[in-house]
Amino acid sequence: MDFLGEHQPEMLPGNRQLPPVQGVIEAPHGTTIVAVTFPGGVVLAGDRRATMGNMIAQRDIEKVFPADEYSAVGIAGTAGLAVEMVKLFQLELEHFEKVEGAQLSLEGKANRLSTMIRSNLGMAMQGLAVVPLFAGYDVDRGTGRIFSYDVTGGRSEERNYATTGSGSVFARGAMKKLFRDDLTEEQATTLVVQALYDAADDDSATGGPDVARRIYPIITVITEDGFRRLGEDESAELARSVLERRLEQPDGPRAALL
Amino acid sequence: MSTPFYVSPQQAMADRAEYARKGIARGRSLVVLQYADGIVFVGENPSRALHKFSEIYDRIGFAAAGKYNEYENLRIGGVRYADLRGYTYDRDDVTARGLANVYAQTLGTIFSSQAEKPYEVELVVAEVGDGPESDQIYRLPHDGSIVDEHGSVAVGGNAEQISGYLDQRHRDGMTLAEALKLAVQALSRDTNGSEREIPAERLEVAVLDRTRPQQRKFKRIVGAQLSRLLDSGASAGAGDSAGSEADDTDAGADE
Repeated sequence: MDFLGEHQPEMLPGNRQLPPVQGVIEAPHGTTIVAVTFPGGVVLAGDRRATMGNMIAQRDIEKVFPADEYSAVGIAGTAGLAVEMVKLFQLELEHFEKVEGAQLSLEGKANRLSTMIRSNLGMAMQGLAVVPLFAGYDVDRGTGRIFSYDVTGGRSEERNYATTGSGSVFARGAMKKLFRDDLTEEQATTLVVQALYDAADDDSATGGPDVARRIYPIITVITEDGFRRLGEDESAELARSVLERRLEQPDGPRAALL
Repeated sequence: MSTPFYVSPQQAMADRAEYARKGIARGRSLVVLQYADGIVFVGENPSRALHKFSEIYDRIGFAAAGKYNEYENLRIGGVRYADLRGYTYDRDDVTARGLANVYAQTLGTIFSSQAEKPYEVELVVAEVGDGPESDQIYRLPHDGSIVDEHGSVAVGGNAEQISGYLDQRHRDGMTLAEALKLAVQALSRDTNGSEREIPAERLEVAVLDRTRPQQRKFKRIVGAQLSRLLDSGASAGAGDSAGSEADDTDAGADE
């Protein structure tokens, strides 16, 4: 990125001049991303909807990307900027790995992303914010970790679970009630689908599983073996089983009262 | 004012070429071979940290013999070129041909510029394709020319002798273990024809494996995996040559 900054500064998102505009620019926005850790890894998932004002801009947008072998980033906010940011982030991690012959530490990756978000602050002030969620497997510690960000690039490590985007409040509520320390990988993936379902239930900008068009959430798992994105069939089956239970119990699984 | 001695351009170039060739010949040689599922790089390298082979991009690998600081410089330049290309356009738009051209330009300019000493390096740029017929291997000697190679290539020290040996024995569709065994045999032949042993820990091995599910096909083969491959290569080619077979098993047992 430093090299790019020296040679072709116009390629970097932060260095572009913004035209002066009044009001909010209309551009597609991505919505809800959720992440949860389980012993041995972390799950990162996102719904598939992008909205532009009160309109659905895209039904099958992909908002969760692998950053490298052991980490992934999920994006909420202005889709175009976010995708470009992720592309640059991926490039940087790969470039570092090739030049240095070693991977950045997970902490290092998280810090780098923080800087990139901060460089977008000007755009964020005009309503084009990008707020990602970064999840990865820490090879040194042997655990999954989650980092969340705010528009100014402020970074904070989250324990157990985290959410971002417009439906995050509802998803967080669901996760709070469903999370346990001893989740298996399969339970963790079910949990994120439940949380996304609850987000879609109460937030109009978040898309639920679309059975008719066969559009299901993107679910990724990062463990010691690296990054893995669940296949179309796997996520379809998870989403369907959650959906089936919801037909009987529309509000989902109930937690104990006391 | 003293008049400088006149040196004919032919003589100047010949001197520079001689200088570069000598520098390259001091280093250990390395070989690059095609096998059924990709391209394998094998070299003798006592150092674990200073690599002779490395990844440039998804399907492109880099191998170099000669002076470390000079080829490291070129390698980083190549990674930058490839990453910038891939980011600006698309990952598919980064090709070994393009990269080899850039290297040829750089080496050629340095070789003929009077102000700089010629680089004492010889490079190999290889790209693995969807099938063996679309694999590309380019050899770039110190003077900036490009040689399009097929099957096998050797650079460094006694490259001519090694590539002669490889040309006779290399065939299409070898397995990785067979190719590796052949490469080690070729490398362990001395100039005078006698053989010496190269233990597994002195070998640096990397592959561009087209069957890898990831986008990035480059992979280093180290430790247990390497000794397993050396062992299986030795048993597969049993009876081929008793001396080198013992060599391979020894190397495997060391791990």
